[in-house]
This record gives sequence, C-alpha cells and structure tokens, in this order.
Amino acid sequence: MELELRGITKRFPGVVANDNVNLTVRGGEVLALLGENGAGKSTLMNILYGLYRADEGEILIDGETVHFASPRDAIKAGIGMVHQHFMLVPNFSVADNVILGVEPTISLGRINRRSARKRVAQLSRDFGLDLDPDALTETLAVGIQQRIEIVKVLFRDAKVVVFDEPTAVLTPQEIEDFFRIVETLTAAGRGVVFITHKLKEAGRIADRIVVLRRGKTVGEADPKTATPAQLAEMMVGRPVELVVSKTEAEGSTTMLKVSNLAVTDPDGRLLVNHVNLEVRAGEIVGIAGVQGNGQSELVETLVGLRRPIDGTVTLDGADITHLTPRDRHRCGVAHIPEDRQRDGLVSSFSITENLALTGYYEAPLSKGVNMNWEGARTEAERLVRDFDIRTPSTETTTGKLSGGNQQKVIVAREISRPLKLAIASQPTRGVDVGSIEYIHQRLVELRDKGVAVLVVSTELDEIMALSDRILVMFDGDIIADLQRSETSHNDVGLYMAGAKGEHIS
Amino acid sequence: MSTPTEVYRDAQLAVGRSLEQIKRSRNLGIVYLILAAITAWRLTSHAGTATFNLSGGHSFGVAATPLAWVVAGSLAVMGGVQLARGLGKWQTAALAAVAVVFIFTLLAWAAAPNSFAFVGMLSQGVTYSAPLIFGAMAGIMCERSGVVNIAIEGLLLSGAFTSALVGSVVNFWVGVGAAMVVAALFAWFLAWLAIRFKVDQVIVGFFINFFVLGLTSFLGNRILAVDEAYNQVRTLVPWKIPGLHSIPVIGPILFEQTIFVYIAFALVAFLAWAFAKTRWGLRTRAIGEHPRAADTLGVNVNQLRYRNVIAAGAVAGFGGSWWTANVGRFNENITNGRGFIALAVVIVGRWSPAGALAGALVFGFFDAMEAKLSFLNTGIPGEFVQMLPYLATIIVVAGFVGRSRAPRAAGQAYDSQ
Ligand SMILES: Nc1ncnc2c1ncn2[C@@H]1O[C@H](COP(=O)(O)OP(=O)(O)OP(=O)(O)O)[C@@H](O)[C@H]1O
Ligand SMILES: [Mg+2]
Repeated sequence: MELELRGITKRFPGVVANDNVNLTVRGGEVLALLGENGAGKSTLMNILYGLYRADEGEILIDGETVHFASPRDAIKAGIGMVHQHFMLVPNFSVADNVILGVEPTISLGRINRRSARKRVAQLSRDFGLDLDPDALTETLAVGIQQRIEIVKVLFRDAKVVVFDEPTAVLTPQEIEDFFRIVETLTAAGRGVVFITHKLKEAGRIADRIVVLRRGKTVGEADPKTATPAQLAEMMVGRPVELVVSKTEAEGSTTMLKVSNLAVTDPDGRLLVNHVNLEVRAGEIVGIAGVQGNGQSELVETLVGLRRPIDGTVTLDGADITHLTPRDRHRCGVAHIPEDRQRDGLVSSFSITENLALTGYYEAPLSKGVNMNWEGARTEAERLVRDFDIRTPSTETTTGKLSGGNQQKVIVAREISRPLKLAIASQPTRGVDVGSIEYIHQRLVELRDKGVAVLVVSTELDEIMALSDRILVMFDGDIIADLQRSETSHNDVGLYMAGAKGEHIS
Repeated sequence: MSTPTEVYRDAQLAVGRSLEQIKRSRNLGIVYLILAAITAWRLTSHAGTATFNLSGGHSFGVAATPLAWVVAGSLAVMGGVQLARGLGKWQTAALAAVAVVFIFTLLAWAAAPNSFAFVGMLSQGVTYSAPLIFGAMAGIMCERSGVVNIAIEGLLLSGAFTSALVGSVVNFWVGVGAAMVVAALFAWFLAWLAIRFKVDQVIVGFFINFFVLGLTSFLGNRILAVDEAYNQVRTLVPWKIPGLHSIPVIGPILFEQTIFVYIAFALVAFLAWAFAKTRWGLRTRAIGEHPRAADTLGVNVNQLRYRNVIAAGAVAGFGGSWWTANVGRFNENITNGRGFIALAVVIVGRWSPAGALAGALVFGFFDAMEAKLSFLNTGIPGEFVQMLPYLATIIVVAGFVGRSRAPRAAGQAYDSQ
C-alpha cells in the first residue's frame, strides 16, 4: 500500500501547524519524521488518522483520494497510530483496551471475551510482546503500555502504522525490542512512520528521513549518509551543539546530603533501600538507572511528595526531611517532574497561570490576597521568549502546546528563580535537539552559579553529557558512584543492567 | 477559575475520600461507645414487651429494657476492643452487626409495650427505594458516559407530572410512556447544551431542575386543579409473584410489590450485566474515562453520550411515574428532593448499579422507619427523625462499598480538535 499526503495545510488559532506538506509512505519501509517541538509532526499524523480535518490538501491511498471524517474511516483504510500520549483507558484490562471500538461480539451485543483474549495473547506471542491480556492497564509500566498500543494496531490489521515518539519513554532495552517489532512489521510489508527526537535512532532504523520545520517540509535526508549534526541543523535551521561544552566542576560545600534514606510502598516493600548521597554546590550529579529502580521514589521523597520511613535529608546544613513541598520550594529547591502531564502542568490552565504556580502566593505575582495578573503576564512573556516556547500567546492553554513545548514551560517555571538545589527528572524527555541544547546549557549555568544539580535520567547519553559525577541506581540501591571523567558509556551501561557493582552507600 | 461542574466533581471526590476515612479509622470505636451510651441512657426507658408483627399472623416479642442493657454492654465492649487494637478484617462485619443490632434495639424501644408491623415496614422500605433506584440508574448511565446530570430531580418530577396528567386522561400505561418521552426530551436538552454548546453541565442541570419545578407547579395549578378528572389515576396494586411471595418474611418484603419494584431490580441487574459484558458497556465506560482514547479508536463519543443521556432521561421518566402509581395523583413538588438523594446514592454506591441499589435500599428502609417512628410518637424530636435516612445512607453504605472514584471525564465536554 502506498499512502500519499498532498498539499496538507492545517491552521490553528494563531499558528499554521502544517503548511502545504507533501509526504509519501510506502509499504515495507520506515519513514522517519523529524522536526522541532511544534513543527507540526503530530498534527500531520492526526490528520492522516482522521482526528483532525485538514484545511487544504488531500490524502491518497494507492493513487486514489480518500476522505477521513473520523478515525473510524482511517482505521478501515488500514491506518494505525500509536499516539505520543498513550490512548489507554487506565482502568480497563489489556484485552479490553485492545478491542475497544472493534469488539468481537456474540448475540445481544455481548463481547466475546474469550476470543478477544485469545487473539491478544496470540498477537503478543507472534510479535514477542509478552502481554497478559487480563492485566489491569494502570498497573503496568509505560514500556508495557506501549506494547498494548502496538497490539491495538496489529489487532486492527493496519497496513501503515504511525508511531509518534514511541521511544521517548522507553529504556534502552525496550528500544531494542521496539526496533525488532518495527522490523517484523516492515518485513510483513507494512509501512511505518516513525517520529523521534533522537537522531541516532532515525539513522539506525529509517529507510528515508523527512524533516519538518515550522509546519513546512524542509527536505529529505538519507539515513545512511546523514550525520546527527547535519540532521539537527536541518531541523533547527542553525548548527546545534549536541553535547554542551562545560568546564570542570568546582564543587565546594555540600548542599544536599541524604543519609540512610528508606522508602517503602504501602505494602511495606523497600523501594529506596537506605540510600546515602551528597550533591555539592556547583556540581551536577546524574542518577542513571533503568526505569523503575527507585529513582522516581527517591526524587519524590527529596521534594516532599513522599514520606520516608527512615533517614534524613539536609539542605545546606538544615534538616528538611519533614518539610512540606512548598516549604522546600521556598528553601530554593526546584523540581522538574518526570511525568509532565500528571505532575508538571495543569493542562487546562494558560501558560501564564502555569508559570505562576510556584510563586503565586507572594510578590511579584500577587498583591495581598489578589493575583497580580499583569505582572504574571509580563513575567510569562519574558520566559516564553527566553525559553523559546512556541505558542501563539501566553494565554494559550498548555494542553494545546506540543509535547516539547509543555516541557519547556515546566523547566522555565522551575529554574528561573533563586535556587540552591535543582532536581530534574527526565528533563528533556520528548524535547527536540535545539531545546535539549538549551535546557542542558541552562542546567550547566545553574551549576556554574553554585546551585547543586541532581539529574535523573534513563537516557544514558544525557547522563554522560551533563554529569560531573554519576550514581547508578539498581533495585533501590545506589550501586556505583563514578567520576564522569573516569568512566565510560559501557561501564555505566553494565552497572545499569545490574551486571556489576554492590551496595555501596 | 473552576467551573460549577469542577466544583461539583471536587465535592464528589471529597465525599468519596471522607467516606473512606470513616471506614478506616479507629474512630469507629468512639462511635460504638457513643452508641452504647445512647442505648444505656435512652433506650432502656420503655418497659414491657415489643411485639414485632411478621406476615400471616406470626409475630415475636422482645423485652425492650433487658435487650437494651445487653446491647449497651456488648457495644461498649466492642468499642473498647476497636479502640484498643482495632478489629482488623472483622471491622466491616462488626460495623454491619452493630448497625443492625442498634436499629433493632431502637425499634424495640420505640414500639414497647405495643406491637408494630415489622415486615410491613421492611416491605414499605423496598417500595420507597424504587424511585431512588430509577433516579440513580439514570445518574449512573450519564456519569459513566462522562456527563454530569444533576437534573435527575427535574426529570423525575417531569415524569411524575406527565404520567399523572396523561394517565388520568388516557390510561396509566400510556401516561408512563408519555412520562418517559417528556423526561427524555429534557435529558436531550441537557445533552444538547452540554455537548453541542459545551455549556457547563451543572448549570444546565440546575436550570432544568428549577424550570421543571416551576413549570409543573404552574401547570398543576392551571390544569390539574381545574378538574379532578385530570389528576386522578388508579393506584397500582401489588402483584404477588406466585410461589415466591409465600416464602416467610422474604416473600412479603420482596415479592408482594408493584411492578415498579420488579422493573427497578431488573434494571439494576441489566445495567450491571450490560456495563460488564456488552459492547455498549465497554464503550460507555471508555467515553466516561478517556473519551479521547475512545475517539482514536473510532468510537463516536458525542453520539454515544447523546444516546445514553436520552435513555437515562427515559429511565428517570419511568421512575417519576412511580409517584403516580403509588399516590394516584400529582402534587406540587411531589418528588421532594428524591432526585438529589438519587445522586447521593450514585456517589455512595460508587457509580456501580449494585452499589447504588444497596444505597437506595438503605435509604428506602430508613425512609420507612422514619415514617414508623413519627407514627409511634417516641418523643425523639421530629427533625431528628427526618434526618435519619440521610445520615444513615452515608454512614452505613460507606462502611461496605469498596474503593472507587468518579469516572475521570465526568463533566468535561469532548471536542476532537
Ligand atoms: N488542538 C490544538 N489547538 C491549537 N493549537 C494546536 C493544537 N494542536 C497543536 N497545536 C499547535 O500546532 C503546532 C504543531 O503542534 P504539533 O503537536 O503538531 O507539534 P509536534 O511537531 O508534534 O511537536 P512535538 O515534537 O513537541 O510533539 C504547535 O504550535 C501547537 O501549539
Ligand atoms: Mg508531537
């Protein structure tokens, strides 16, 4: 099957998200779609999937024009999509999520759950996905949830499958598994559109690369020859530093000290196992580790969202173990949460309102009991400019921003005030190369101003690029404490897999 | 910043949370001790034997004062245990036992030294629960699809009025049909404003309640009051289910009811089944939890919401005709807030048909008990007696229904762009 988008234009209030875009996808090949945050990639794919209607242009399948009034039509035409933000009903079982919309039924509209479960299990076996059809979706890790999305697409027998930033939330191992699945799909003659911000991935799996910038196609690149630096320049329109340059750290006094910290889940299982760590002022410490080894819980405890069962946390000599999140904020702790949709933003609030969330209760954002919206807006305008947040205005609700721009709103809010300690979880998840450069530079600047910076990332490249010192978490323990200058990618990778190391803290 | 619907949802969540706390906390111990004190202090005052009349001339008697002392003692002991170390997994069972025993003692005290129709009261409770069941099922159908419908009261009232008028002029069952149509029209109006124009759902619901109240009062005065023939329907007689109704105690309570009660029970069973087993149920739950996910899978979110809200309107209209069937006429504001109680029952029953059924039965029981207590003239202040059903619904059901929350998308208009 050959799919063609011809002259697609889509306008939203204040932005042209797609401007006369042409694109062809052929069966059996992987087309990588690159572009900055807000370049219009998701919009284009949503049009292809019938969720949005294009203002101009047409969609052709094997040379014939088709009209998609809703996703139902697109699904019928053999198009499948795995969305940037998963489309799973949290309290449904895996099988129920898969069959929703195409339920196999017996008489009286009864769902044939037996056949559904069997087919889900069968598909998951065929593609090596290892899914339990009866598992409750909300209890599963993101990597597993993505497999549900893939099975959904397979279940509908899609001929062209769109993956919108599928690897942003996956661990390196899961990414390998994902590529294997993509290869199985193309081997079966299906076409794949793959959106990513990780340029290396595009080079590795794609047959063709198309780059979008500000809604327009700016060109194609050959994955065999194009280097990440070239691709980055095509996307952003200027040369990009893929690894930020920084001087040696001048770590001085201890800013954050964590002693013997232990955290359990409600059932009493240890999630953080009596951890000790220190971050000095003017130092970036990276915590590496595969998702789910206690990093999230450690961070939540440090910022006051969880209570430890044991241990202490001191900031600049003061015990903050029992302070509320707000009090910690006032002491100069910043937190960039790992799940921006859930913990970082109120998506129905405007950018101004979201930016005001941390400091709304004091000047200059408020006067007595009144909000000073004028001041908040001026401040928001400045941050939008400084952080290059692509938006029609500061009054746009953040839910309407592209994923990467949402992330920039959070980063802008958190780090643009006087700080002692900045804790950043997955600070560049879903962010384009230009903005990664920018956020990394900002974190290094913070460091140089004497802030203690703790970066938690499952992205090994990010850890290696930013950290002065690297801690590796495995199974709730810190199993390695390495100087950046004395260690290699490979080493850290081995520690992350638990192949090396012992309880050292 | 928050819209009325958001405020309403927050309130729902807050109720859910506080219910959970009631359940978990050791404060139950204190409650037991208070109950023990009340029992010892007040319920020991009526000497003599209270006779509980069952069906078919059977009855049993209890010596009220000794019973009260025994119960007071046991409650005190249980309260002590609960406070000292908690009852663990027996907590819920203990709460159930305490509730039943305390109420029994209260009734014995109220009745002594006379007799009263115990089974009659229980049967009355089941009868009273029927309109609440219809209201709650309508509420669940809407909320599960993501539409907050606080207009249940108005829908019930419109059904009561229409069935009385049409029922008087034509015949009862045509009246019921008309009631369903009229209430469905109001529900459609709610859906139309909420879905098409994204008007805040709580505001629309509020408006409908007031509009229907005003309209039925006005038309009641202008039409029904003119000629008695416009407001006179033969009340429905209970229909004894052959065989089943002769089971002792249970029979007269459950199987000597009007058709409304049987249909209410059947509706609960049907909805529970349909939510869990059918395509309609799966899709409805999906659009109430995560409409966008459903949309991306080709489910027409707004169309299904329209259908469900309109169907819910028909259900509420049917429920409204219960008053006509039971009273035989329409009076101004005859539903008297039962639609709001039905909403409470939805929350307390945690959005599940079975849970709401339990809530409705409990409320119906206390409603009947309230009637009985006022009649027995016990000296408890009337206002307090009237409070009883409301208080009891929250406390009792909170202890027994598991953890749950409102459908995530309830109250939010959906727009695919
Ligand atoms: N529903 C919407 N309403 C208004 N504007 C929108 C809407 N969806 C997207 N936009 C705007 O259209 C532009 C393109 O957004 P899109 O989500 O397609 O970007 P993207 O390329 O997928 O970016 P990212 O890599 O960050 O996901 C952005 O400026 C965004 O703010
Ligand atoms: Mg996107």
